[in-house]
Amino acid sequence: MKNIFKEVVGGFYTLTVGMGITLREFFRKPVTVHYPRESLKMPERYRSHLIFTSNDDGSSKCIACNLCVKACPTDCIIVDGEKKEGEKKKSVTKYDLDFTRCSLCGACVEVCPTDAIVFSKRYNLAATDRQQFHIIDLCRDLEERNKKKAQ
Amino acid sequence: MELHPVQSTGPQETFVLNLGPQHPATHGVLRVKLTMDGEFINDAVIVAGYVHREHEKMGENRPWDQFLPNTGRIDYLSAMMYTHAYVGAIERACGIEVPPRAEYVRVITSELNRIASHLVWWGAYLLDLGGMTPLLYAFDDREKILDLLEALTGARLTYCYYRVGGLAEDLDDGFVEGTREFVKEFRPRLKMFRRLVSENIIFRKRVEGIGIIDAEMCRKYGATGPMIRGAGIPNDVRRAEPYSVYPELDFEIPVDPAADSMARYKVRMEEMEQSLRIIEQCLDRLPEGPVMAKVPRVLKPPEGDYCYATEAARGRFEVRIVSTGKPVAHRVRLRTPCFGNLSLFEEAARGMMLADGIAMMGSLDLVIPDIDR
Ligand code: SF4
Ligand code: SF4
Repeated sequence: MKNIFKEVVGGFYTLTVGMGITLREFFRKPVTVHYPRESLKMPERYRSHLIFTSNDDGSSKCIACNLCVKACPTDCIIVDGEKKEGEKKKSVTKYDLDFTRCSLCGACVEVCPTDAIVFSKRYNLAATDRQQFHIIDLCRDLEERNKKKAQ
Repeated sequence: MELHPVQSTGPQETFVLNLGPQHPATHGVLRVKLTMDGEFINDAVIVAGYVHREHEKMGENRPWDQFLPNTGRIDYLSAMMYTHAYVGAIERACGIEVPPRAEYVRVITSELNRIASHLVWWGAYLLDLGGMTPLLYAFDDREKILDLLEALTGARLTYCYYRVGGLAEDLDDGFVEGTREFVKEFRPRLKMFRRLVSENIIFRKRVEGIGIIDAEMCRKYGATGPMIRGAGIPNDVRRAEPYSVYPELDFEIPVDPAADSMARYKVRMEEMEQSLRIIEQCLDRLPEGPVMAKVPRVLKPPEGDYCYATEAARGRFEVRIVSTGKPVAHRVRLRTPCFGNLSLFEEAARGMMLADGIAMMGSLDLVIPDIDR
């Protein structure tokens, strides 16, 4: 009898302790960020899909050496390039990334001899059509960015 | 002797109940076929394999270092320790000496990862038992760890941060201070968790003395990690087969002989405390220097059979690689802890009430992709 009494009172006390903690938390500032209205800054090393870096004149640094293609574990890069007349190195004409298969491992970025590719910080990636992620055209992306900059 | 049939006292009827494949309490796509006698579990059959992705096969058809992103996706909650085992196996095979700074950083990030993993378990377990609030508190703290690791590695779950021979990148500027601050803030939070939940009478009534899994059963099914430590056996790879810099560090292996759900709960809570201690010591001793050893461009481990085990958040994770001296593995075997931990569910759940069975299953801390891999 005494034990039951002790258990009921002791048990009830533990519940009030819990209630006290939640009550105190209730008055703390919220820890969440209200996303569409405010958003966090992505850290320097954040990994989203690849983008090109560019030379000062806005062209890509990529020399179409295919090292990144070979390093990629999931074969999600297709690179094509051509040798323009009067230039020593090849220049890139096509760089397609299949983002549905990319595991964001970083092998391609590490292996690139000219630092032509980096991870972007675009995290708002959403589309109603899966096709949009099958081919992310890095060359076109660079052009668009250049155009925007020029404006 | 003549056998008499047992007299039935009422209608003897059993029915089959499917727990899963889509059930919140299984935390993934796992199906358990329960044969129920009223509220009691007569028999449980586990049907796994819904998320089988052939990780082992993938390891055998690509160059050694290209398997690294996969290692973070086996048990997505303790990606660091899994990558550690795989790179460790290759380093052992090739005889690569990892710089001390890299080893210390590996231990710090692994332990942070362990805390994050245990926090998810803590929140989700209490959610299984009907408490919503703890999950939110746990994720508040986990968020801080994930922010630290995100700034360091660029990803929040599938880090792919270790490389054969070291690390992908050195620490970023804010990491050491950020981690110190986290350790300082997290200690009182742990105490608060204890007062909020561990002593709560409703919680205690649901886990104390329930779901007994003794050492014998753990041995029979190969259950490791907090399962076997919760059965009173101080088996921890970090001490039993020391790797990395763990032998130099001072920490304890929490054990609890009670073998019930509460024992496993307590072991995990205590482990977080110990992880904090490990992190503090590593931060104090963190040496300067390079984080990457000289590693040949194309890895070709000499012919042979190599193993490397790490203590992941759920138990012993072991990688066995068989090399024939080629740039591609001959065999990659992954021994994951959750498979053993789950296997004993069939035996342990027999005769339990359904709700208690769920409470026991939660205390196993299952990650389904880790079972199916
Ligand atoms: S990040 Fe990895 S998976 Fe993605 S394109 Fe680069 S190498 Fe391939
Ligand atoms: S991105 Fe770099 S590695 Fe890939 S083809 Fe271009 S230059 Fe070579």
